[in-house]
Amino acid sequence: MSAAPVTTPEDDASGKAGADVLVVKGLDVSVRHQKLVEDVTFTVRSGERVGLIGESGSGKSLTALALMGLLPEGLTATGSVQVDGVGHDLVGADERAMSRVRGRDIAMVFQEPMTALNPTMRVGDQVAEAMLIHRTRPSRRAARVAAVELLGQVGLPDPPGTARAYPHQLSGGQRQRVVLALALANDPALLVCDEPTTALDVTVQAFVLDLIVQGVLDRRAAMVFITHDLAVVATVCERVMVMYGGRIVEAGPVQEVFTRPRHRYTQGLLGASDLTVVDDRGRLATIPGSVPAAGHFPAGCVFRNRCQHATAACETRPSWTATGDDAGFACHHPAGLPDAAPRATPGGGRP
Amino acid sequence: MTLRLLQRLAILVASLVVSSVIVFAFMAVLPGDPARVALGVNASDAAVAEMRSEFGLDRSPVAQYLSWVRGLVTLDPGSSYVSGTAIGPQLADRLQVTLWLVVTAMVVALVVAIPVGTVMAVRHRQVSGLALSAVSQLGVAIPAFLAGILLITVFAVKLGWLPANGWTPPADDPAMFLKQLVLPVASLGLVQAAVLTRYVRSAVLDVLREDYLRTARAKGLPPMRALVRHGLRNAAVPVVTVLGLQLATLLIGAVVVERVFVIPGLGSLLLDSVSQRDLIMVQDVVMILVMAVLVVNFVVDLLYVLIDPRLRVSAR
Ligand SMILES: Nc1ncnc2c1ncn2[C@@H]1O[C@H](COP(=O)(O)OP(=O)(O)O)[C@@H](O)[C@H]1O
Ligand code: SF4
Ligand SMILES: [Mg+2]
Repeated sequence: MSAAPVTTPEDDASGKAGADVLVVKGLDVSVRHQKLVEDVTFTVRSGERVGLIGESGSGKSLTALALMGLLPEGLTATGSVQVDGVGHDLVGADERAMSRVRGRDIAMVFQEPMTALNPTMRVGDQVAEAMLIHRTRPSRRAARVAAVELLGQVGLPDPPGTARAYPHQLSGGQRQRVVLALALANDPALLVCDEPTTALDVTVQAFVLDLIVQGVLDRRAAMVFITHDLAVVATVCERVMVMYGGRIVEAGPVQEVFTRPRHRYTQGLLGASDLTVVDDRGRLATIPGSVPAAGHFPAGCVFRNRCQHATAACETRPSWTATGDDAGFACHHPAGLPDAAPRATPGGGRP
Repeated sequence: MTLRLLQRLAILVASLVVSSVIVFAFMAVLPGDPARVALGVNASDAAVAEMRSEFGLDRSPVAQYLSWVRGLVTLDPGSSYVSGTAIGPQLADRLQVTLWLVVTAMVVALVVAIPVGTVMAVRHRQVSGLALSAVSQLGVAIPAFLAGILLITVFAVKLGWLPANGWTPPADDPAMFLKQLVLPVASLGLVQAAVLTRYVRSAVLDVLREDYLRTARAKGLPPMRALVRHGLRNAAVPVVTVLGLQLATLLIGAVVVERVFVIPGLGSLLLDSVSQRDLIMVQDVVMILVMAVLVVNFVVDLLYVLIDPRLRVSAR
């Protein structure tokens, strides 16, 4: 696997469209015996941009870190994560095998640009290192040149000068672009972004988002994009998965999910983000209550304690109802169906 | 950068001045006239008066302070009240011996502490890491002189591998010099290593939690290589701070260890001068020790700048 030649966008155009880049099955993340992420299953195809949304504390970051094999100490993942071109399952892979995959087949952009870079190393060297580790450039010199070029691609002014700068000499937006440059350095098949613009100044958010999308498009890479900003998902992604209580509760094309949500949690999220939705007393809609701490979600439907539609039926876990390829929801009383009982199709056809 | 250098230099000079005043004042307020102390209670008043004028002890305290400082600055501190011999060459000789001891001990301490502390941090949840922590805890609790006595008992008396004491200048007999250096350096260095190990461990533990280390691993560096390439330099900042401070402890340790191993360094000179009531010599030795600590801390301050680019103003 490590012997695979460097793929440029040109050579991998060879009929790879539609291939599964990432296949996640039954992924759990646990701390001791408590599950923080449970039974996450989805597929991302070549060139697809998939959003992962949900309130803070829903398990989005842990899902992303589990894909990278970078869970914090004490947390363990079980289940299966397969990446195209990697001959082994990423879950349970040893560090040596994982370090060949990270930064090459899958790369990640983190939430906090201020702390993501080594303060004692020039940013050009940090970008060049990404290529030297995987030997995707023949020499240190070639990697340096490529690093400067990448810094230019992510819109940094004076790329050679920026390459010589230390992180503290750059703004948050500039640092995040450096992180993006090093994530894209080896043309990964999959880019995982965990709230990449949340920590940035609003004035630069749109610019950085554009660069991310452009970078992914140029490389025909697939992307998993985590955010709690629905408007961002709508502009960046084609498909979206809604996460709550460590589970995917709804998934589908962005257009579909955002205009006709089925899960009551999705409906609440959309209502809370829409400033035109008011209740009969004229107050802005919000989801009542707050996200419980890990381990304090109710049994059955995890959203039950905050859901206005909850009934006794919701004390048992709702099964997944597929509404299409990669689309479906898990709710006993879905929105959009006046009073029909949902069809339960356990197992098959999940996103 | 130059601004910082000038700033630090000004601070160094100011602290040297303040500490010299303190050392001088401390010696001056000791009860008894230095000439009387040096000559003994049976000396005649005339002899005492003659000595007072010979050494300038009859001048005002300010004049005495200034001539003492002038002596130090011009590297000509005059001669001893007691033996009448020149102080300068003696100080230089003894300082050289103590530097060998202290610098070698510090190097040994670092060579042990950096890898051991790093392993302790990386394995802080494993038995091996905890075992190392326990050993270093023990090391911290042992004073250097006790370590010295234990080492002599085992390696010199019981096993006879190394000389129990003594000092040979390196130029005279390098092999003997090294043999005699081993035990005193070990007693100073290993205790110091135990202390530093704990600082290295906590600095590395802090670094392990840093986001940039996760970024380094996300690029594809295996954990240990990520730590070595991206962590150690960052962990060095707090460790270097401690290094400067630990030097004071090491010098105090050297005073005692020189006595245990019969080594003619500054420590022995200090203790001998105290017992011979050679006040000017005591004053000079104390001042040299203080200067050493201040100068090292000045150097440490400059080292930060090399380690951490955030301290360099407009480095770009
Ligand atoms: N290292 C950890 N140990 C224990 N619990 C954790 C740890 N990291 C995160 N959690 C818990 O897991 C849940 C999901 O966290 P996270 O994935 O960060 O959520 P999100 O990214 O959606 O905001 C939260 O309840 C959080 O407190
Ligand atoms: S399953 Fe029940 S509690 Fe859960 S979201 Fe649907 S209606 Fe609400
Ligand atoms: Mg998060």
